[in-house]
Amino acid sequence: MLYREAGDYSTSYPEDSQTFPIKFDRYRYYVILAVAFLVIPFFINDYWANAVLVPFLIYSIAAIGLNILTGYCGQVSLGTGGFMAVGAYACYKLMTSFPEISIMIHILLAGGVTAAVVTLFGLPSLRIKGFYLAVSTLAAQFFLVWMFNKVPWFYNYSMTGMIGSPERTVLGIVVTGPATDAWAKYMICLIFVTLCAVLARNMTRGSVGRKWMAIRDMDIAAEIIGVNPLMAKLSAFAVSGFFIGIAGALFFSVYLGAIEVTEAFGIEKSFLVLFMVIIGGLGSIFGSFAGAAFMVLLPVLLKNLLVGGLDWPTDLAQHLYFIIAGGLIIIFLILEPHGLAQLWRVAKEKLRLWPFPH
Amino acid sequence: MSNGSEGNFVTTDGRNIGGVMMEMKNITLRFGGVVALENISFNILEGEVRAIIGPNGAGKSSMLNVISGFYIPQEGEVIFQGSPRPSLKPFEVAHQGIARTFQNIALFEGMSVLDNVMTGRLTKMKTGIFSQMIWAGKAEREEIENREAVEKIIDFLEIQAIRKTPVSRLPYGLKKRVELARALAAEPNLLLLDEPMAGMNVEEKQDMSRFILDVNSEFGTTIALIEHDMGVVMDLSDRVVVMDYGRKIGDGTPDEVRNNQEVIDAYLGVSHD
Repeated sequence: MLYREAGDYSTSYPEDSQTFPIKFDRYRYYVILAVAFLVIPFFINDYWANAVLVPFLIYSIAAIGLNILTGYCGQVSLGTGGFMAVGAYACYKLMTSFPEISIMIHILLAGGVTAAVVTLFGLPSLRIKGFYLAVSTLAAQFFLVWMFNKVPWFYNYSMTGMIGSPERTVLGIVVTGPATDAWAKYMICLIFVTLCAVLARNMTRGSVGRKWMAIRDMDIAAEIIGVNPLMAKLSAFAVSGFFIGIAGALFFSVYLGAIEVTEAFGIEKSFLVLFMVIIGGLGSIFGSFAGAAFMVLLPVLLKNLLVGGLDWPTDLAQHLYFIIAGGLIIIFLILEPHGLAQLWRVAKEKLRLWPFPH
Repeated sequence: MSNGSEGNFVTTDGRNIGGVMMEMKNITLRFGGVVALENISFNILEGEVRAIIGPNGAGKSSMLNVISGFYIPQEGEVIFQGSPRPSLKPFEVAHQGIARTFQNIALFEGMSVLDNVMTGRLTKMKTGIFSQMIWAGKAEREEIENREAVEKIIDFLEIQAIRKTPVSRLPYGLKKRVELARALAAEPNLLLLDEPMAGMNVEEKQDMSRFILDVNSEFGTTIALIEHDMGVVMDLSDRVVVMDYGRKIGDGTPDEVRNNQEVIDAYLGVSHD
């Protein structure tokens, strides 16, 4: 009896096309938002922020970005790590060059810079598809990381080659640098996640989203009905780049504080975000969150269980984590190739009829 | 009905056929050494149902692909609504008001029926990506306006019940109907149907024929179609072009074509003695 749909019907097209057409879903969404904004900030501690919530929120943004490109527009990308690095370095250069401007604007601008770079690397998609495009984005990944290592201008000629985020405040609250409170880190990430998710949802439910999905499902038919493939693909690359850039900027400035590019934004990061999108569900905003939660929570959970609960040595737990995580990914993909979002959809269809399925 | 190659005639059921909508002039299309279309000329009049028939490999689909801008002919001219059409990209042809369906269904399998039909309206939806991000206001208004137009098409083709169903779950006959809905949603001046009845049983063919005639008479849409079922072609169409081996061998009303010796030879074969 989770869903009571009696008397809950749409009488206008705006009502019918809203994000959560079922009343129960809508209320649950408001409750989650309220808890996230009004309850969690008062109880959060450093461990929860740094190990779970902040990485989850930042990876959610990156996953939404990649999901728009791969899940909605069908263009496979293995360059996410490199693109996040663009966001991080753009944010760093902006923070150090214009310290008087608000960090919020810097993060948004870093997204804009990344959008431009990603669009540039998206140009080959007009000629090549599938695996071949994936390989060309892989080239972007290695090129970008190499460039941030080799050109000293990007790291302001520092001796170590690392970049560190200076202390910045929003409305008098420290949000970057070592003195940041856990709740402030959490809040700034939450604000950006909410913003990105709403923007992404709005784009994917309207004509832009339909253009992307048309290109994904059958590009020839899409062209025949009037979709300009050049504009559709490049807009997907740009929007995806914007979100991934924001994720990279937050990852560097708010979450880690100081990074070395090969370590923070290597190829593993590209694969990690791609796994999130595939496990969560291609072509679903909810799936981006589910995938990010799965990939962030799994190691934390296993570590707590094996090291904390069973008192196993850390290195053994670490190796077991690889085995279990890999196994779970394979099992998931065999049982439900459309990801957690599809599992949720199926569960919801069942719950709507429960307890009288006939 | 008179033989109206110059246009402006009245059909037996009283519809007015207007002037020339599209004229194909000496179209030749080659793929390397293969000549797919050889010096073909014919016209499509406003408001008529024009059929293109011919045995397998005659070049019918190539002809439709030339009209929809998918192939650019090496020689010849396409004159659309009075002026020669430059070689356009397929998506630009769509913006001129030409919509089509495909022989093998080309729906977007990952989307619902409603979304598929809504993609037919993409040429009418102009809001930029930034208004879409905000949604409230311009983008939402446009969405609702187009949704209303799409709902009319959905009612017209009687697919209300499957509005929210993913297309991949539909049976073949309904998919064909959804594809027609998508093409109609664009409110085309010229509708191209590539074998709309292929693989259907008799009842489905009857339904589809009824929809095609209704579209033609209610919306006044000009229709050009390829079909293999001769009974359907002869009943539906006002005029027929017959092709064989890339050449045009007949053109005229169904009755004229039926009695054309060259057409009979092409379909039944000729004895070589």
